[in-house]
Amino acid sequence: MSEIIVDLKSVSKVYDETVALDGINLYIRKNEFVTLLGPSGCGKTTTLRLIGGFEQPTEGKILFEGKDISTVPPYKRRVNTVFQRYALFSHLDVFENIAFGLRIKKLSEKVITEKVHKMLAQVNLEGFEKRDVNSLSGGQQQRVAIARALVNEPEVLLLDEPLAALDLKLRREMQHELKSMQKQLGITFVFVTHDQEEALSMSDTVVVMKDGKIQQIGTPVDIYNEPTNAFVADFIGESNIVDGFMRKDYLVDFSGSSFECVDAGFAKDEAVDVVIRPEDLVLIPAGNARLTGTVSSVNFLGVHYEMIVESDDGMSWLVHSTLMEPVGTKVGLGLEPMDIHIMRKESPA
Amino acid sequence: MVKFLKRSYVYLIFAFLYMPIAVLMVYSFNDSRSRGMWGGFTLRWYVELFQDRTIMSSLYSTLLIGVVSALVATIIGTLAAIGIHNTRGIQKKVIMNITYLPVLNPEIVTAISLMILFVFARVRLGYLTLLLAHITFNIPYVILSVLPKLRQLNKHLYEAALDLGSTPTQALWKVIIPEIMPGIITGMLLAFTLSIDDFVISFFTTGSGVSTLSITIYSMARRGINPKINALSTIMFTFVLLLLIVVNVRQAREEKKGRNGKNGSKRQVSSLGARLGGV
Amino acid sequence: MKRATLFPYVIWMALFIVVPMLLVLYYAFTVPTDAGATWSLDNFSRFFEPIYLRVLGRSLRLAVISTIICLLLGYPAAMVMAGNAFSRKSVILLLFVVPMWMNFLLRTYAWLTLLERNGVINVLLNALRLPNLNILYTESAVVLGMVYNFLPFMVLPIYSVLSKIDKGVIEAAGDLGANSFRVFTRVIFPLSVPGLVSGVTMVFMPALTTFVISRLLGGGQFTLIGNLIEQQFLVVGDWGFGSSISVVMIVLILFSMAIMSFFEGEEKSVALW
Repeated sequence: MSEIIVDLKSVSKVYDETVALDGINLYIRKNEFVTLLGPSGCGKTTTLRLIGGFEQPTEGKILFEGKDISTVPPYKRRVNTVFQRYALFSHLDVFENIAFGLRIKKLSEKVITEKVHKMLAQVNLEGFEKRDVNSLSGGQQQRVAIARALVNEPEVLLLDEPLAALDLKLRREMQHELKSMQKQLGITFVFVTHDQEEALSMSDTVVVMKDGKIQQIGTPVDIYNEPTNAFVADFIGESNIVDGFMRKDYLVDFSGSSFECVDAGFAKDEAVDVVIRPEDLVLIPAGNARLTGTVSSVNFLGVHYEMIVESDDGMSWLVHSTLMEPVGTKVGLGLEPMDIHIMRKESPA
Repeated sequence: MVKFLKRSYVYLIFAFLYMPIAVLMVYSFNDSRSRGMWGGFTLRWYVELFQDRTIMSSLYSTLLIGVVSALVATIIGTLAAIGIHNTRGIQKKVIMNITYLPVLNPEIVTAISLMILFVFARVRLGYLTLLLAHITFNIPYVILSVLPKLRQLNKHLYEAALDLGSTPTQALWKVIIPEIMPGIITGMLLAFTLSIDDFVISFFTTGSGVSTLSITIYSMARRGINPKINALSTIMFTFVLLLLIVVNVRQAREEKKGRNGKNGSKRQVSSLGARLGGV
Repeated sequence: MKRATLFPYVIWMALFIVVPMLLVLYYAFTVPTDAGATWSLDNFSRFFEPIYLRVLGRSLRLAVISTIICLLLGYPAAMVMAGNAFSRKSVILLLFVVPMWMNFLLRTYAWLTLLERNGVINVLLNALRLPNLNILYTESAVVLGMVYNFLPFMVLPIYSVLSKIDKGVIEAAGDLGANSFRVFTRVIFPLSVPGLVSGVTMVFMPALTTFVISRLLGGGQFTLIGNLIEQQFLVVGDWGFGSSISVVMIVLILFSMAIMSFFEGEEKSVALW
């Protein structure tokens, strides 16, 4: 792996009385596409603003290529930002928006023109130089904002929910474009979003956050398949989460039956969260199943059906399947030991 | 039918509002000193108006004080608005309440309080005191025109400028000021208009032969009717009308641009109303 | 950095708004003696002499009358303008604002031309063989001048509130079987109260404090509280008494504002300014 470029060392941020960040440790490698993911108020935007220099940490240090930059103002950092709702300068046209940073650096007119045109080509906005930024569509404004940041050749590009204001189709397109731009330019991207699909599809590394703390850091595959706790499991994709007890290693009780599983190392009879993805539940005949229930709703979602099965002990199970059983049918739910994810109960904060 | 009655009522009100001005304008071309009679068309009063030393010198004072006070008030007021926008809590409340004081206070109270200050501090009443007084009552209107523009700004604009390498000072001059320019210009026009329209505050804070147009009109009107005032009214009304059209076209254009200048302009009309009402 | 921009204004404000107000208070609550000034309420007790109370009474009476006339004339006008009688509302609104921009003294002066003994109105009346109207330099002329100058301040806030009333509300009221009179008393009027209150405030305050209208159209014999202040400062030179009248006026205005905002309900008074 390549070297570390940004390193947050037990960073906290407190506003008045509220704790926005609670001692987080996070390093970001060169050329990495890192996504900070979490619900609103989880501290993801604060983390981004600390790296950008718009806020200063209450405690802890931020290292950039090994040097402490905690108190360096934003205009002296080799980092650029694409802001939420873009923050374009409406008194300037497209060309001048992109040229803004270069003019501050007092580059020659020739160099500026050259760089801006190259950037315009990069974001597919050739011919838009003289346009008023207010006359552009959301997607076009987005491209100008990206071009305005990238033209300064930053080491790290920070993106704060840049796609939130776009419609779904455009958002998909921009996800692809951003990803390929990042690969091609070889710049580190730190991307903030609350959209888990976006995070999984774009990132090298996903950082899941909640209440100012990091819940899990890992590749999209790891995070999806091996969530470290019920919050992550629930936030990333849909999950069935039920209370259970570890009877012994590799054996868990829930919904009135015992199931084999692949987890060990819990105390005897420890209360745990049992997480099962809806696509891992298989419809089987009710007769020889340990988990049985009645189909209470069926929704066709194109690729698969989404069904809710009310089990006999009063639980509702979300099931994704390409097969369908009509409402009212008594069914059994089958599942493999490796699809049962056991998680320690979150210690009450 | 009901619609016709409703319209007629509003037209009657308009007649009431415009009739005195119209009569004034018509009589400015009347070649007869007796007001009731029409003595034929003349431009005599306009000629006499421009030959009247007192009126011309007070016109000069009015414009000079109008321009200078509007400029100074715009600079101080714009900077103040930016500062207020970034202030929170008690501090902001105190500053805003003091800012509203000259807007809400009866003009005569503002006028005598400034007069007391100048006399107390032994500043000779004249151009300087007039100018200081006009700047004082203009600043709040500039602040009230600029603040809504600041509120409409994307809150990340300043940060975006810093992010792209500008120092805070550069960010202020290259981004914030240009972005709120429409508000600044509206504020300046408003300040200029209020300054040339002011009578009460000028009346108390001037001295030693320095007179604004309003003061001259007052002293002439106290002595009865003077056709030169009619001519002056016609010119001033036409001028104000033109200025108003320019401001409105500007605002309409801005609203078209998709920005909501609406709040701004509503505020303006009402604060303007308060100001003119203070007479 | 951005906070530093407040600095010049704070100094200006202290020097030209706060200090002058403190000076007014100082002069109102002191009387000059041989050994400098001493604290005293003499200036205020003087104000309660009958001659000055009469001035206060007259000011209040004329201001109230003008406000009522403005309300009676202005409310229907605002209602018509907010309704669908006109297709180009913005133009109509602008027509209402334009006269306000005419120099205030000239607007008042214009009525001299109209009301004079040989003025336009009397020439017209003569031509129609009707009796002459001689109200110049009477209370009626002062009230007329106030109504003329302040009518737009009544119409605009009422209009602004009425035009924001959801047309659906009125239709709904009609739908539920209310006739148009009841729609007005039950729906439109209550909703328009905030505009009405600010209109009343914006007419009453200046009417109470004016000295120009009374001087030009009242001919100097109708002394109002504003004229009294002017005289104390520019003619008599009694700053203490003049300041105390100013303080009384401020208190009166604060008092009526408090009453108004009570009628208006809390936060709306802020919205209009």
